[in-house]
Amino acid sequence: MSILLDRDTRVIVQGITGKMARFHTRDMISYGTNVVGGVVPGKGGETVEGVPVFDTVKEAVAETGATASLVFVPPPFAADSIMEAADAGIRYCVCITDGIPAQDMIRVKRYMYRYPKDTRMVLTGPNCAGTISPGKALLGIMPGHIYLQGHVGIVGRSGTLGYEAAAQLKAHGIGVSTSVGIGGDPINGSSFRDILERFEADDDTHVIAMIGEIGGPQEAEAAEYIRDHVSKPVVAYVAGLTAPKGRTMGHAGAIISAFGESASEKVEILTAAGVTVAENPAVIGDTIARVMQ
Amino acid sequence: MDIHEYQAKEILANFGVMVPQGALAYSPEQAAYRAREMGGDRWIVKAQVHAGGRGKAGGVKLCASDSEIQAATENMFGRKLVTHQTGPEGKGIYRVYVEAAVPIDREFYVGFVLDRSSQRVMIVASAEGGMEIEDISAEKPDSIVRSTVEPAVGLQEFQCREIAFKLGLRAALVQQMVRTLQGCYRAFTELDATMVEINPLVVTGDDRILALDAKMTFDDNALFRHPQVAELRDKSQEDPRESRAADRGLSYVGLDGNIGCIVNGAGLAMATMDTIKLAGGEPANFLDIGGGATPERVAKAFRLVMSDKNVQAVLVNIFAGINRCDWVAEGVVQALREVEIDVPVIVRLAGTNVEAGQKILAQSGLPIIRATTLMEAAERAVGAWKNDLNQATRVRAV
Repeated sequence: MSILLDRDTRVIVQGITGKMARFHTRDMISYGTNVVGGVVPGKGGETVEGVPVFDTVKEAVAETGATASLVFVPPPFAADSIMEAADAGIRYCVCITDGIPAQDMIRVKRYMYRYPKDTRMVLTGPNCAGTISPGKALLGIMPGHIYLQGHVGIVGRSGTLGYEAAAQLKAHGIGVSTSVGIGGDPINGSSFRDILERFEADDDTHVIAMIGEIGGPQEAEAAEYIRDHVSKPVVAYVAGLTAPKGRTMGHAGAIISAFGESASEKVEILTAAGVTVAENPAVIGDTIARVMQ
Repeated sequence: MDIHEYQAKEILANFGVMVPQGALAYSPEQAAYRAREMGGDRWIVKAQVHAGGRGKAGGVKLCASDSEIQAATENMFGRKLVTHQTGPEGKGIYRVYVEAAVPIDREFYVGFVLDRSSQRVMIVASAEGGMEIEDISAEKPDSIVRSTVEPAVGLQEFQCREIAFKLGLRAALVQQMVRTLQGCYRAFTELDATMVEINPLVVTGDDRILALDAKMTFDDNALFRHPQVAELRDKSQEDPRESRAADRGLSYVGLDGNIGCIVNGAGLAMATMDTIKLAGGEPANFLDIGGGATPERVAKAFRLVMSDKNVQAVLVNIFAGINRCDWVAEGVVQALREVEIDVPVIVRLAGTNVEAGQKILAQSGLPIIRATTLMEAAERAVGAWKNDLNQATRVRAV
């Protein structure tokens, strides 16, 4: 098993006719992802990378039976596309788009609460690299070959730092069950806690790696959840030890604005919850290898 | 994006928040003239800089005459104001705001923020106005009143009344408070702010509720739909390195160290800075050149990092995913041939086609110091900075 995504998941790409979207659609298909269509308003009837394009998500779902969507839509229109996916019955949506206004995301989250919990779409991102269940499927922009199939569940905010961790694991011969990017924005679809809950319930995941950074309360909320509900070993790294207070470090959400949001405070909170913290990013792989022995 | 106090007050006034009478001045003479024009017998002159803590730093003065205003503002214009929020370099004072002084009965703190736990807009208020919110939460946490706003329907009157009563306002003033809070909320949501802070919000001797200070921060990601807000950007208040970076579409934060960093991805950039620190060095900057790492972006990044005269070594750390290492290596070599660099350059590539990338760096004939792991890269950068490596390894290419 894996979480959120496997070999059979039927995937559509919203904004599929864009240059980047085409490129990554091709890449996802060659990785083995079951991409069944795309959505671009006004371009219904076209074909991209061998899959049909529809005008609306509802139409795409009706014609293809898609249950997952990848949003590649520019920032001004991305929130609307996510809500369209939620309304069309998509179960899992990954939004790659970086630069969505925070208040648009507040509206998206509020909109999703219209649906009862058991039919509510799961959103990861925005501003993330996507999700991969190695050897099965890839829903995002990450390079598939750096991941081995295995039993470590990875959840992180950053794209390239997540790649760094996966590559370090590969060097140890350690594989990944699923790697989920929750993105670097202040208002995001799923929190660390949401994904930890899924990894805890997944038989195929034996160890969980959590890669956090400065800013926001989600690492601390995850620590509390881990302490009370997670039986599997958790290894964490928190980036931004040298980041100054009150400055945005690239990701819109990476800013220390309140108590408990700095890297050292988060490390302290996670350690107190029983999490094994990798002190520096160069030893994430070593730390996980040690915990797995 | 931050704006000045006088700009925030003008915006909030348009949304029904009452502010004292005031006017902007660009010189001491103009400041005195503005005060005469306004009338009254006591005025506050306030240095307009993008930072809090102005009062303690001497950026706010109470004046009772023309000559006092002249004297106070002559001490402000052209100087740097150093507050606990500006860093030691301070921020230049080029504009002064002159306000009619008002008799104050009570002071409150009112802030609107994006609350990341509830993922909604939250109002934070306290009867301990004039203190900074960090100090209020440390010293008088029980005085803080919080209320989150349901985004589908917006801020309701009952929520404002609850806040007003919890702050201990007399019934006669509650409706004014409701109007003030709703004005702030509308300004916040309609203009895509990420923060509105009024500290203090005061009750005057004649029972008016006025915003004596105002601070607004806007969501950079939403400026595209608010050109009138984007126009308020004041580059004189920004670190010139950061302004240049922003104009080139790069995400840069200047720091105090000596090792310049060029990295793709925000998380990896922070992790690289952390590793430099662990290896015994200090990063000179945060710089995320984005996932792509094209030769043009790498060249721009080198120019930007080298514009900081404190930089004594540059560490390039690129994890090439979809973009391959050989391609990134070509970009680095091309950039080093274009940009004059007289400090050691350490390059660490990882990911797709790493061997081919290393080969290109090695065969370039440029004295690039190569590293394979993140730790090794940081150690070599710190070593090079400490001059452990001999001068021959320095790159000098035009």
